[in-house]
This record gives sequence, structure tokens and C-alpha cells, in this order.
Amino acid sequence: MTAEAKQACADLLAEYAYLIDADRLEDWLDLFVEESTYQIVPRENYVRGLPLQLMLCENKNMLRDRVVSLRQANIYNIHVDRHLVSSVRYLGEESGVHSVGANYAVFQTDQDGQSRLFSVGEYIDSIVVEDGAFKFKDKLVIADTSSIPTLLATPL
Amino acid sequence: MRNEAEYVWPTSDFTRIPFGIYHDADVYEQEMHKVFRGPTWSYLCFDVEIPNPGDFKCVNIGDTPVVVNRDKDGSFHAFINRCAHRGSIVRREEFGNAKDHTCVYHQWCYSLKGDLLGVPFQRGVKGKGGMPKDFDVANHGLQTLRVENFNGVIFASFSDDAPPLEDFLDEPICKHLKRLTHKKVKVLGYQRQYIHGNWKLYTDNTRDPNHGGLLHPFQVTFGIARLTHGGGAVLDKRGCHNISMVEGDSDSEEDASKAYEDSGSGAYMTDYSLHDTSMLATQKEFGDEITLSIMSIFPNVVFQQIGNCLATRQIRCKGVDAFELYWTYYGYEDDDAEMTAHRLRQANMAGPGGLISMEDGEAVEIVHRAIKREHDKHSVAEYGGRGEIKTQDTLITEVPMRGFWAYYCQLMGIDANGAAA
Ligand code: FES
Ligand SMILES: [Fe+2]
Repeated sequence: MTAEAKQACADLLAEYAYLIDADRLEDWLDLFVEESTYQIVPRENYVRGLPLQLMLCENKNMLRDRVVSLRQANIYNIHVDRHLVSSVRYLGEESGVHSVGANYAVFQTDQDGQSRLFSVGEYIDSIVVEDGAFKFKDKLVIADTSSIPTLLATPL
Repeated sequence: MRNEAEYVWPTSDFTRIPFGIYHDADVYEQEMHKVFRGPTWSYLCFDVEIPNPGDFKCVNIGDTPVVVNRDKDGSFHAFINRCAHRGSIVRREEFGNAKDHTCVYHQWCYSLKGDLLGVPFQRGVKGKGGMPKDFDVANHGLQTLRVENFNGVIFASFSDDAPPLEDFLDEPICKHLKRLTHKKVKVLGYQRQYIHGNWKLYTDNTRDPNHGGLLHPFQVTFGIARLTHGGGAVLDKRGCHNISMVEGDSDSEEDASKAYEDSGSGAYMTDYSLHDTSMLATQKEFGDEITLSIMSIFPNVVFQQIGNCLATRQIRCKGVDAFELYWTYYGYEDDDAEMTAHRLRQANMAGPGGLISMEDGEAVEIVHRAIKREHDKHSVAEYGGRGEIKTQDTLITEVPMRGFWAYYCQLMGIDANGAAA
């Protein structure tokens, strides 16, 4: 069971990265259960115990609103994202909640084909099984890159 | 590159800004001296960020690294973070507490006032080596700045010629700063945004309330700030600072939607709503009708009130082509858990990932790129009319931006008033 859970969590992380990079954010929302949270926090706040985040979705509706806002309202640098997720660590299961940690790097490529390292950091995730599928319950993105280049539009 | 005095200012009322002024490395060098080290005051931090004796914080004024710390008697001192010996950074950690500051290189040790306390092996060993006999530590302290604390907000100046802080800020800014610091502040955290553009494109941005109702469709659609709202921009006597204010409940959805439609702007989106509207529920906490205010204080800070989301934005120059915005979010010490949660929720609207502010990073960068080769061309700043630079009773104005340029040129020694009007 542990081996299967471990694999399922790793697959979920891979799907998460793939759907953002493919700009399929509406499908990406399906990876979260309804009662979920999503946060991006700069590491400098995290280590100092300061609560301020860069993005805070306290429920899935707020996450939906982020996606709709990106599609309809926000104007941001035209780019393609590319996630590299690695060092996935399965930390165990308790009361049906699987704890997983991983490292990420996100590169952004602009319309001239120039790529830059946009953000590097770690994921701290709580994952549950809903209707047989592994989904995020709480996702915390800790961005080592506290200084955001240009702006932060698409999720990390 | 060329002398800043050579740029052509075709109008004497600063309705035309030469693009070269944003791209010239020589101009940037002059700015670091005449603006940031000139007779001005720069924002450093809140006093509550360094609450205890010995607490320090590293900041920037322009691109100069500066340390600000609290002394044993509670007073504040600031000095350039550069060792008087051979120029090393003295304080490497961003925040901390110390009883003195010792440079790691050769261990020169400074007091919290910036005075040099001692030099290891000053007398050498067994009569050999060491410093000359007449070396006097009193002559080799850190370069200190003037510091003033206004209602818990710390400012510093390099210049003995700077007027007292309250004169520099002038009455409307002092009044609004008191409004924002009417209770003891509690810092909630920091954000940083590294923007690839000249710092003055950002000072232009925050002195242009007109753009807010066009570039940021989220705030238009959800009534946070739109051009049909009551409000305007209050200027100080020099016109270099300003407070843009919006009364968020002063228009109707019908009027707003019609006005935007009639003007041909698509920024008001009628077919778009939120699943979770908790972010929009602003509580009026200042005893007035102002729901959004952007106060730009020359040269390096913006104080923002977006509903209940309060923050300072410090401009830290990184050369002619880049700057960092350093955001400090705060609430008040007597906020309950619910109010803190509300401020954090509304923080989704601000900062590098803000639903109504991310566009500014893009706007600055695309201007910076497009004007690079256009030194002799000019921007057009005529919203709000030409001529006199004064307080505005509309948001559809760029007059506060012209106020920045008038004072900037005065500091830089640029004579634009001789221009053909
Ligand atoms: S450079 Fe600081 S002690 Fe030598
Ligand atoms: Fe803006």
C-alpha cells in the first residue's frame, strides 16, 4: 500500500506540474478537493514566522477565482512555464492524509525564446483520496526566490 | 550617454518627459547623489521592526546599503553599511540584534551610533606593526545619516541641507501618514518584486491615478477603484508627493458600467463574477469614506491602503535598468485574529502577485523596453490638463506625475522652465 500511495502522490505532483505548464489551469483545479487550501509563501517570511503570503487561497473557490481572474482580468508577461519537480519525499500517512515534500524549479520562457529561472523552492503537501483519486487537500509552496522577477501570475 | 542638462524638455510644465532620462547611466549616477543623497528624506522602515535596543535592519537608499538600528536609549541611528577601513559590508544579516557591529574582514568594531570603538592589534605586537601612533579612532567612524521618527515611521537623510522632516513631507502627507499610523503598527510580512525597468517609471506609475481604472480590470469590475468613483489626488506644496484617494462607494454599478462602455474601455467586465467575495468586504477603519489610497512620498516610498490591506513599497534601485520593490505589509497591534486574516486575504490584491497590482510590473517593463532607443522622443502627460501643478479633484489625471518631475529637475539642476512652452 505504501509503495502505491507513494507512486500515486508522485504521479499527482507530475500531473500538477504538467497541467500548469500546458496552461490547462481549469483542469489543474480538478487536482484539488473542495475543502482545500493553496498558499505561496516567501521563505523569508516562513522562517521568521510572519504570516504574509504571496498568494492565499483559503478554499477551492478562491483558487477558481485566481484562474478566472488570470483568464479574464489580469494582464501579465506573456510566457511559458516549465516545472522541474524532484526529490519527492513521501513522509507517511495519518488518518487518510498523506504528507509529501518535494523541490521545484520553475523556468519561464518569453516570446523571444529566452528562458530564465523564475522561482525555486519546495512543496509541502497534504494529499487525500477522493473517489479513488489522489488529490491535494493543502498545498504550501515555499519560494526560496523571495524576490519575484517581474510579477507572479501563474501558480508555482 | 550624455549630460542630463542636454535633454530637451519641450514644455516648461513637464507635460513632456524625454525618454532618455530613464535610460541614461550618467543620469542615474547623478540621481544617486542629487536625489537620494540630496536635501531629501528617504523612508527606511517602521520603528516596530526593530523594537529592542541593539535591533538592526539592513535597507537601501537608492542603491546605497544602509543599516538602521536602535540604541540602548531607544533612539535610532542609521549609517552606510560600509566599513571605514577597506570598504567591506559591515552588517551582512538582513535583521538581527547586536551590541556592536564588527566587520568580519579585519574586525574593526563600531558602536550602535556608528563610532569606531577599536581596531585589533592597533599597537602591533612587541613594538612591531600595527597602526601609526597618531591613528585616532574618532576620525574613522561609519558614515552616519540624519534620522527622524514620524509616528513610528523612520526616515533618514544624507544631507545637512534637508529641511526638517515635517517640512519636507508637508501638511497633507503628515496628515495622511498619521491617519495610516493612528495605532501601533504590527508587521505581517514582506514581499519583493524585481522589476526590469528604471525606478522613475514606477514613481510615474503611482502618480498616475488614471491608469488604475484602465490597466487593472479586476479593480474596475469589482468596484475597488474606477474612474467613475469620487476622489482625486492631494499634492504637497512642492507637488513632489501626492495622495491619490478613491471613495469606493461613490458610484453605482449602472453608471460605472455605462461610463466605461461609452468611453470604449473594456475594463469594466459585466459577465464576470467571483465565487468567493470575502476579499471585497472592506471595513471602513479610518472614520472616513476613503477605501483606497496610494500615497507616493518622494523619492523612495509608497504607502498603500487597498481596502484594509496596508503596506509600504520601498523602491530600491538596482542600476539604471532595474529596481526592487520591497513591500512591508502591516496591520495594527490591536487587530484580532479575524482582522489579521482579513488583511492577509486582501493581500491577494497587492504585491507581485496581486490581482490589482501585478499589471504594474508588466507596464513598467514594456515601457522600459520600448523607449530604449528613443532618447529624443517624449512621453505625453496631459490628462488633467496643462499648466499649473496642483491638487486634483478627479482620478483622470497625470498632474501628480508632473509634480514629481518639477521637483526632480530642481534637485538635478535641470532647467526645463526655459523650454518653449
Ligand atoms: S574592511 Fe572592515 S575591518 Fe577591514
Ligand atoms: Fe497600478
